[in-house]
Amino acid sequence: MAFDVMLRQLAEGMLGSVLIFALTLIFSLPLGLLVALGRMSKNKILSGFIGLLISVLRGTPLMLQLLVVYFFPYYLFGWSISGWRFPAIIVGFSINYAAYFAEIYRSGIEAVPKGQWEAAQILGYSKSQTFMRIILPQVIKIILPAITNEIITLVKDTSLAFSLSYMEMFTIAKQIAASNTTFTPFVVSAVFYYVFNLLVAFVMRHFEKKLSYY
Amino acid sequence: MYYVELKNVEKSFDDLEVLKGISVSVAEGEVVSIIGPSGSGKSTLLRIATLLETMDKGELYYMGEAAATMGPDNRTVYEKPVKIKELKKDFGLVFQNFNLFPHKSVLNNIIEAPVHVQKRDKKEVIAEARELLKKMGLEDKEDYYPSQLSGGQQQRVAIARALALNPKVLYFDEPTSALDPELTGEVLKVIKALAEQKMTMVIVTHEMEFARNISDRVIFMDKGVIACEGTPEEVFNSDNTRMQEFLGKLQR
Repeated sequence: MAFDVMLRQLAEGMLGSVLIFALTLIFSLPLGLLVALGRMSKNKILSGFIGLLISVLRGTPLMLQLLVVYFFPYYLFGWSISGWRFPAIIVGFSINYAAYFAEIYRSGIEAVPKGQWEAAQILGYSKSQTFMRIILPQVIKIILPAITNEIITLVKDTSLAFSLSYMEMFTIAKQIAASNTTFTPFVVSAVFYYVFNLLVAFVMRHFEKKLSYY
Repeated sequence: MYYVELKNVEKSFDDLEVLKGISVSVAEGEVVSIIGPSGSGKSTLLRIATLLETMDKGELYYMGEAAATMGPDNRTVYEKPVKIKELKKDFGLVFQNFNLFPHKSVLNNIIEAPVHVQKRDKKEVIAEARELLKKMGLEDKEDYYPSQLSGGQQQRVAIARALALNPKVLYFDEPTSALDPELTGEVLKVIKALAEQKMTMVIVTHEMEFARNISDRVIFMDKGVIACEGTPEEVFNSDNTRMQEFLGKLQR
């Protein structure tokens, strides 16, 4: 197979990888915050349930979770799952990453001194005003390095979508490598993931610098 | 009418009785200092007065309006959140650790609440904030972040932040305990100036000389009760043995 043909096929896969990456971030970052708030709720039943959920999501392989999300509508309800492949990948990834992000948010929220809540309370802020205006901006600064770690992992984890035979880049690379007995697609993949993550690190570093004004 | 009135306040943490029936009333323009050893309940009393903590028994009034009263089952019942929110406008609190918002500049620390909570006109609030900063001797610091200031400067910003909401009563919870002696002086000077302007204040402090000089009334608390109360002269010259012991320890 000619190199440029291979590259074109891989490039199509890259688009899929980037799509998984972007959609997962868009959904899991806000979802993670909601999960964190549930986890920290005074309601014991809610926080216990969320705690269990996080524990299961972090304690089982993402690949397994993807398979469960993809197949459960069929096995549980007998529904057709055609057209569900891509949404299932996004749902699976988003839920899994939300669990990790939730724990990062929680660590950040707990790292903000109690005095910040009390000062805001004395100044007349409501709970939600305090959270949005005083606590969250400080949390973001605290958790940014940990978030960067997760995002870098996510770039590489997109390759797990091959378990649902989705045509992201790594799935294609494996097919080409097998059918043409060549090692080249793996090298291209490696370069792709590495450059992607360089970019991620660069962008996140920029955010960190922007927040280092205090 | 008293600006603030606490009646028979009782508070326990688990089995530990921290306050055993304390009553304090503060009139307009009065400066009241609360002194006493650590663990005597001073800070808890202040936290109850500022609604950061709830009491088990007792009553709390601001400007004659009830924030908390005794219920039929002999426990304190607090007013509805709407009423509490209204009464919160009557007081401010300056913390031992300042608790400035680190991500906001000095000016924004001061104008945040008037603009976003009280929804006042931003321009007007900024003008007032600059006036307050001038009074605090910090007119050139409005664009600084709290971490760029000394402890004494941070505490003065915290005082300005509290004053920006025009409270009727201003509470201080050991305002100089986190500061070295040099910085303590500049904060005490500001509080003294407020006392001279007849600001109603309740100050929990370990600065005995200061309490003696600026207070209209001193309350000495020990083991959850008021052991001694009166004018500074009365309290500091009292023959109350606990008071004498406490002062003796300080002078040693």
